[in-house]
Amino acid sequence: MSEARGNGSKLVRATVLVRPKQGILDPQGQAVQSSLEKLGFPVEAVRVGRVIDLEVEAKDEDDARNQIALMCDTLLANPLIESFDVRLAE
Amino acid sequence: MNERPIVAVIQFPGSNDDRDAAWALGALGAEAATVWHGALQLPEETGAVILPGGFSYGDYLRSGAIASQALVMPAIRRFAADGGPVLGICNGFQILCEARLLPGALRPNHQLEFVCRDVAVRVESTDSLFMSRCEIDQELVIPVKHGEGAWYVDEGTFVQLAARGQIVLRYTEDVNGSLGNVAGVVNEAGNVMGLMPHPEHAVDPLLGSADGGLLLAALVDAAAERTLGVGADRAGALVEDVT
Repeated sequence: MSEARGNGSKLVRATVLVRPKQGILDPQGQAVQSSLEKLGFPVEAVRVGRVIDLEVEAKDEDDARNQIALMCDTLLANPLIESFDVRLAE
Repeated sequence: MNERPIVAVIQFPGSNDDRDAAWALGALGAEAATVWHGALQLPEETGAVILPGGFSYGDYLRSGAIASQALVMPAIRRFAADGGPVLGICNGFQILCEARLLPGALRPNHQLEFVCRDVAVRVESTDSLFMSRCEIDQELVIPVKHGEGAWYVDEGTFVQLAARGQIVLRYTEDVNGSLGNVAGVVNEAGNVMGLMPHPEHAVDPLLGSADGGLLLAALVDAAAERTLGVGADRAGALVEDVT
């Protein structure tokens, strides 16, 4: 969803998903998995990441995506150990 | 001019070993200058910088991530680029990795426990200024206290770092799941170092070990050489005077 702003830009809502990269040890995911197993759930491959909801002022959706990718590269994710995925709200 | 070299100790919201670092520096013949994270410049005559341990910004997002973007960081980058000695201890190591001044990233301990005890580390390389008072294969006893100390880089980078002598300290046992049991690394130029153990808690034999004093005294030597133009061994007598 987006809201028009006076200056020709709009407010774009987005969700950023940050995950531990494949192959990177995820002790938090392991602990959650072990706890779920103790509860009797037949789970495997549990990984714990992070969800960041945000609103960004952008000219259009491409601009929003570019800005958010830059946010991820500089702060929201550590590219050495994490991958990220950006979803714009419909 | 001040006869003691000035070492800037950076204070972030949530730093908690800044005063211990300042005390240790004083005991080793330096003058610690506490610098707030919002400062745009380091004090004139700064001879070295320490980023102390703690939980800057509550470890929000990732340990060290938010501090790596603090206002003071450009001044530290300039100082490091000019060859100035910069030492990151524990959270300071995490900050330097997040700032990409050091290779790698610190992940949660594999055992998911906060580890808080004395550990032995082995000296792997003495090429950098931080190791000028140590010998290869020397074992140092220095305490650790961290929940996110598992250092990680990709395999190719690891091989390169080892070949270039950038892996300076390794634990003698698996302490936290750190790749290759790495406890401390330096940058390629050898003037920026980070380590998870706390040398500032090991400068007085009365507290169990004075081995951390070897690293900090080497930093003080380098600070003195940089700003006062005096040679090494300046802090030598002082190490023994601590007790």
